[in-house]
Amino acid sequence: MSDPLKLTTEGDRHVVVTRHFAAPPEAVYRAHTEEALIQKWILGPDGWTMPVCVCEAKPGGKIRYEWSNGQGGGFSLTGEFVSLTPFSRIEHVERMHLPATTPDNHVVTSFAPDGGGTLMTMRMTLPNAEARTAMLASGMDKGMEASYARLERML
Amino acid sequence: MTPTLDTAFAALADPTRRALLARLAKEEATVMELAKPFAMSQPAISRHLKVLEEAGLILRRVEGTKRPCRLAPDGVAAVDQWLDVLRQALTRNYQRLDDVLAAMTTKGKTP
Repeated sequence: MSDPLKLTTEGDRHVVVTRHFAAPPEAVYRAHTEEALIQKWILGPDGWTMPVCVCEAKPGGKIRYEWSNGQGGGFSLTGEFVSLTPFSRIEHVERMHLPATTPDNHVVTSFAPDGGGTLMTMRMTLPNAEARTAMLASGMDKGMEASYARLERML
Repeated sequence: MTPTLDTAFAALADPTRRALLARLAKEEATVMELAKPFAMSQPAISRHLKVLEEAGLILRRVEGTKRPCRLAPDGVAAVDQWLDVLRQALTRNYQRLDDVLAAMTTKGKTP
């Protein structure tokens, strides 16, 4: 099976992720906007959980995700929704607290019917090239190596 | 200056520098050869090359008065590997989402 995930950089400020899902857009949209569902999958490395999940899916609504590794380690993400079009488009702004706060990441996520499933396209826009660099680099600093190694063992 | 992924991504943020790397991916080249296809002076190209060199993305050697450039395999591999790390981290999240979606569909909550 070919890798269903595509990740590319675009221009100086964008990162674009596309992924196909074997479920209709309504289900994929709900999994991105309902707290109980979000807590099951936006988790990063294995062993991490999301004890706090606030997702007010309405324009101006707040987003707050807090992750924990159960050993005192943690970081969080806050954001605000700009607009939502059920079940096809979500526009929001987010930033990480690592604990230093990262520049705002403006994210447009769209869900299109795709052969009985859904094609998701997530387009991130950072304020400038430096901020994109910092976002990309911070992911690495925060233990993605560990996640990668763990994943390799699982495959 | 020690090359880091940070400086590498900053170096890659510029379209001219990405084009220079694409050109160097084919073969080694001098500043004069590199400047030809661009509407830019040699000093301007040299400044871009300096950024790429400091980011660990290219290597230069001395050949008389020329300093031909070539890709630095280690630097380029580090950037590739980084994107792969992010790709793998997202892949793990979306594999979990596949399971969540399968459970939602099975329960008949969605059409």
